[in-house]
Amino acid sequence: MVNTGDTAWILTSAALVLLMTPGLALFYGGMVRAKSVLNMMMMSFGALALISILWVLYGYSMAFGDDVGAGLLGDPGQYFGLKGLMEDVTSEDGGYPIMAFVGFQAVFAIITVALISGAIADRAKFGSWMVFSAVWATIVYFPVAHWVFDFSADEHVGGWIANNLAALDFAGGTAVHINAGAAGLALALVLGKRRGFGRDAMRPHNLPLVMIGAGLLWFGWFGFNAGSALAANNTAAVAWVNTLVATAAATLGWLLVEKVRDGHSTSLGAASGVVAGLVAITPACAAVSPIGAMIIGVIAGALCALAVGLKYKLGYDDSLDVVGVHLVGGLWGTIAIGFFASADSPSAVDGLFYGGGVDQLWRQVVGALAVLAFSFVLTWIIGTVIQKTIGFRISEEDEITGIDNVVHAESGYDFASLGSSGSTAPLSGQARAEARNTERTLA
Amino acid sequence: MKLVTAIVKPFKLDDVKNALELIGVAGLTVSEVQGFGRQRGHTEVYRGAEYQVDFVPKVRIEVVVSELDAARVVDAVVEAASTGQIGDGKVWVTTIDEIVRVRTGERGDDAL
Repeated sequence: MVNTGDTAWILTSAALVLLMTPGLALFYGGMVRAKSVLNMMMMSFGALALISILWVLYGYSMAFGDDVGAGLLGDPGQYFGLKGLMEDVTSEDGGYPIMAFVGFQAVFAIITVALISGAIADRAKFGSWMVFSAVWATIVYFPVAHWVFDFSADEHVGGWIANNLAALDFAGGTAVHINAGAAGLALALVLGKRRGFGRDAMRPHNLPLVMIGAGLLWFGWFGFNAGSALAANNTAAVAWVNTLVATAAATLGWLLVEKVRDGHSTSLGAASGVVAGLVAITPACAAVSPIGAMIIGVIAGALCALAVGLKYKLGYDDSLDVVGVHLVGGLWGTIAIGFFASADSPSAVDGLFYGGGVDQLWRQVVGALAVLAFSFVLTWIIGTVIQKTIGFRISEEDEITGIDNVVHAESGYDFASLGSSGSTAPLSGQARAEARNTERTLA
Repeated sequence: MKLVTAIVKPFKLDDVKNALELIGVAGLTVSEVQGFGRQRGHTEVYRGAEYQVDFVPKVRIEVVVSELDAARVVDAVVEAASTGQIGDGKVWVTTIDEIVRVRTGERGDDAL
């Protein structure tokens, strides 16, 4: 018998998490200049389409198939095309259909890939991004999801971080945020800085979009964290409340740092603080008390507000701060479990500050660093191979003209209310070719 | 005929418009412009990174008046637009050779 309450919550949560990727597109899209807003959003929508397909074909099987050795990888063939997963295998005492879990985990894979795009704003060929997404999901995300999310049960053998190491990562501080953050850093290094980085003003072109995006991310994140309980129960409720307070505290933490350092509390700071808090509480939301969540949150907000300045000091162009927010926030949240975990929480483990010693702390550190190193090295290799073969960066001229125009043949905004900016008459193939030639001659 | 052009702070637009209506000016043209004078630009901070924005928003008001009214119009604009702070703007007067009312074809002072 399917437990209808649990199943309804998992399916709802999956839809909530799916909405996070379009939310991320808005969050990122508002932060770039007007000439690249569409490309920024397209990287998220491209990942949404592509990773969904890969997940159904072999991604789920690589992450949640039986382990092929040492907890490193699931068997890609076992559930290829989700074979054998359509029949109702729920047990007598309840549970949820495995397809609900397949859907819920699919949207995690999608957003992890989409998160990386923030590091390479304005300058990546769309086709190369899609190739990168497919390869990265296959050899980085699917294995790491296996390490972190695949628990052993009965005959089934899962991944090494979840089972052998027993690091706690409730909803993906390692698999999602450290993973995407380290990948963002590697890719920013491979692609290099945008033209004019550190010299030209690259102001966010639409902060209301950023605020809408942050709102949608927060909304969807309740599915991400509370949904990770995989049941409509007490654990989900604790995760929900911790997700609320940690995020609120992080927003205040970020704004406070800005007020003291820069003299103004900004809306971009509020939106960024929201995301920093959400990132940090993601691994910890079922392992800490609400007060613990608050402390983790406020530190996350302040820490990330300081960390986003690193790129100017160290000279890498992580355009939208995937490193400063997701890597730093993910590391902090994952390691903070070692300090703030409370045995009263659903995870039932005590951290250092609750008399549990360093036992949980070292597990958290090892898990975090393992994902960081694996993701950074493999991403650097994938990125470099793409750069050297099909090319990853657009030309200088195209970058200055604006990637929306050149790569997608669109403009994000048309505010002109007077006159005509062209004709809508459909061109024949030949006329179109002639127009192109004229354009070239003129150029 | 004279063209009086004024660059003023955007929030002073209503005051200037009311002052001009009071002295009987029959029409004016307004545009949003950007630029800098001694006030220079301003700074904005995004995620801790400071950007110097060179151009500040201003409003340009243009009024065409008869030669006799020009001085009164300039005085009215200056009085209405002044805050005493840096960045209050400028007003200048140029001579117009010809003016035509499009609807009737009237020319010169008759077209005002």
